[in-house]
Amino acid sequence: MTDTVLNTPPKAEINKAESNSLLRHARYVVAENPVTGFSFALFLLLALAALIGPYVVPYDPLASDTAATLQPPSLKHWFGTDALGRDIFSRVVVATRLDFIIALSSVALVFAMGGLAGIASGFFGGWTDRIVGRISDTIMAFPLFVLAMGIVAALGNTVTNIVIATAIINFPLYVRVARAEANVRRDAGFVQAARLSGNSDFRILLAHILPNIMPIMMVQISLTMGYAILNAAGLSFIGLGVKPPTPEWGIMVAEGAANIISGEWWIALFPGAALMIAVFTFNLLGDGLRDLVDPQRRT
Amino acid sequence: MLGLLSKRLLLVIPNLIGVVIVTFLLTRALPGDPAAYFAGPAATKEAIEQVRAQLGLDKPLIVQFGNYVDDLMHGNLGNSLTTGQPVVTEIKNRLPASAELTLFGLILSMAIAVPLGILAAVKQGSWIDHTCRVVATAGVSLPVFFTGLLLVYVFYYLLGWSPAPLGRLDVFFQAPTPITSFYLIDSIITGNVGAFRAALSQLLLPGVTLAIFALAPIARMTRASMLAVLASEFVRTARASGLDNRTVILTYAFRNAMLPVVTTLGMVFSFLLGANVLVEKVFAWPGIGSYAVEALISSDFAPVQGFVLTMAILYVALNLLIDLLYGLIDPRVRLEG
Repeated sequence: MTDTVLNTPPKAEINKAESNSLLRHARYVVAENPVTGFSFALFLLLALAALIGPYVVPYDPLASDTAATLQPPSLKHWFGTDALGRDIFSRVVVATRLDFIIALSSVALVFAMGGLAGIASGFFGGWTDRIVGRISDTIMAFPLFVLAMGIVAALGNTVTNIVIATAIINFPLYVRVARAEANVRRDAGFVQAARLSGNSDFRILLAHILPNIMPIMMVQISLTMGYAILNAAGLSFIGLGVKPPTPEWGIMVAEGAANIISGEWWIALFPGAALMIAVFTFNLLGDGLRDLVDPQRRT
Repeated sequence: MLGLLSKRLLLVIPNLIGVVIVTFLLTRALPGDPAAYFAGPAATKEAIEQVRAQLGLDKPLIVQFGNYVDDLMHGNLGNSLTTGQPVVTEIKNRLPASAELTLFGLILSMAIAVPLGILAAVKQGSWIDHTCRVVATAGVSLPVFFTGLLLVYVFYYLLGWSPAPLGRLDVFFQAPTPITSFYLIDSIITGNVGAFRAALSQLLLPGVTLAIFALAPIARMTRASMLAVLASEFVRTARASGLDNRTVILTYAFRNAMLPVVTTLGMVFSFLLGANVLVEKVFAWPGIGSYAVEALISSDFAPVQGFVLTMAILYVALNLLIDLLYGLIDPRVRLEG
């Protein structure tokens, strides 16, 4: 009796060992594919800009300076100034937060809706599956960006509705992944054990199946974050959602579009490049996460 | 083939019903009172009631839906508030511009992406393979409106090779006699070389923008499916039988590898039709996308509605076409149907 007690290490040590092996695995994946490490560094940079950006930028992103309009990039204004003399560097950095909030909240929303609907349809099958499947099919029957336009136009031209529209058009993707993963596990040993010990279906779904498919869902989240940012920026580029003078990447590119023809490239280029880097980061990160979670699907 | 056709047509019906229901719900989800909205800001109470009765908004929802479907059957999508023109006429006039641009972009990107994907698969691990991967990852990350603006800056402002990004045809040229309403085809048919060159030079930049956007999924899919086919037994048999490399790759592997590529075309079209709206805005292209964007900005709802419905129906039809094409390429699908 005393022997067994002595042989089992304290709980904290087990946790430490587990997190060590995860860390080691993560380090291995990063070493194997330096691009993933690079994308993670980029992600940290973007997250930092979103968190503290508004407090560290050199200029007020909304303050116009009529004495310094359309200045090309210089030491004073790193990314130049726009037609109203606003500092583009400050605006690009400050915009990170809004773009992140839009993308994050739409992804959270679709994760809650699509993830749960998908798990339920994979787990229960039958009518639940048919109804959820029909809803997904109907959404997929539209070109997705066009549907998002229609939704924002109908619900009203606000940032909240951009979030909702972006969530709706991503719904089928989440349903598909969650459904497939839940379907595989519906008769797994741990589910049967949970059922035998008297758990309700609802509890099995949330407490047993959901945590098990979380890794795969995380990959999906990272991959759709990029798409969500792109979609939201596209909507605000055509004048939906975010209103000027709010700094946001899509609308800033739209503001700079008129100046491109007369050669003032910096107004549209920097917010566009920021947008591109953000999307690129999430796509790479998603691929990297997939390698970490599911080595078989490595491409 | 006929069996497959009728079977596929039956599958389209629930999709179409779903599309009509969603667009109907979108009209009714308008914030505030639609009658007050359609009557205009200066309308009196009586005028609003009159509009309500006129639009049938005082009837139960299901009757309204019936009326909506009835209108659709008669090709009535309502009138634009700003121009007063029927939406259908406007969409019909502008559709060829959008279709020409989208198809041009698709053909261009297929012409680049398919050979690129094949080369990447055949010479796996070579610089072509790496180029293919970089192109594929960068292509999906590039916002299409941003690519368009960059191209305008380089080819119009810096190099001056391209005309100003303002529409389908330079103002100095007369549009060719409409036969197909595709400027490129019409000008060839009528032998109008000047108009052809002018139309092509206007089409090139927006077309390339769309092509860059569609490049990534097509190249990626071609590469993956070529790799799978090249590893298969019938290709090994063909090689073992001493067929030359060219025949093995182009006749044996490529034909079979095209099947999954054709399937991805559905997804590519979904992206392209959406990206089209953004490209049309950048290049002031007089298509249905820019029509919808203009209407959106002036809160004119009927054109947006008509646009969403048209795009959805087009997309459903394109998917049907792709499925039939699939049956044409692959006899196994035909047998099942």
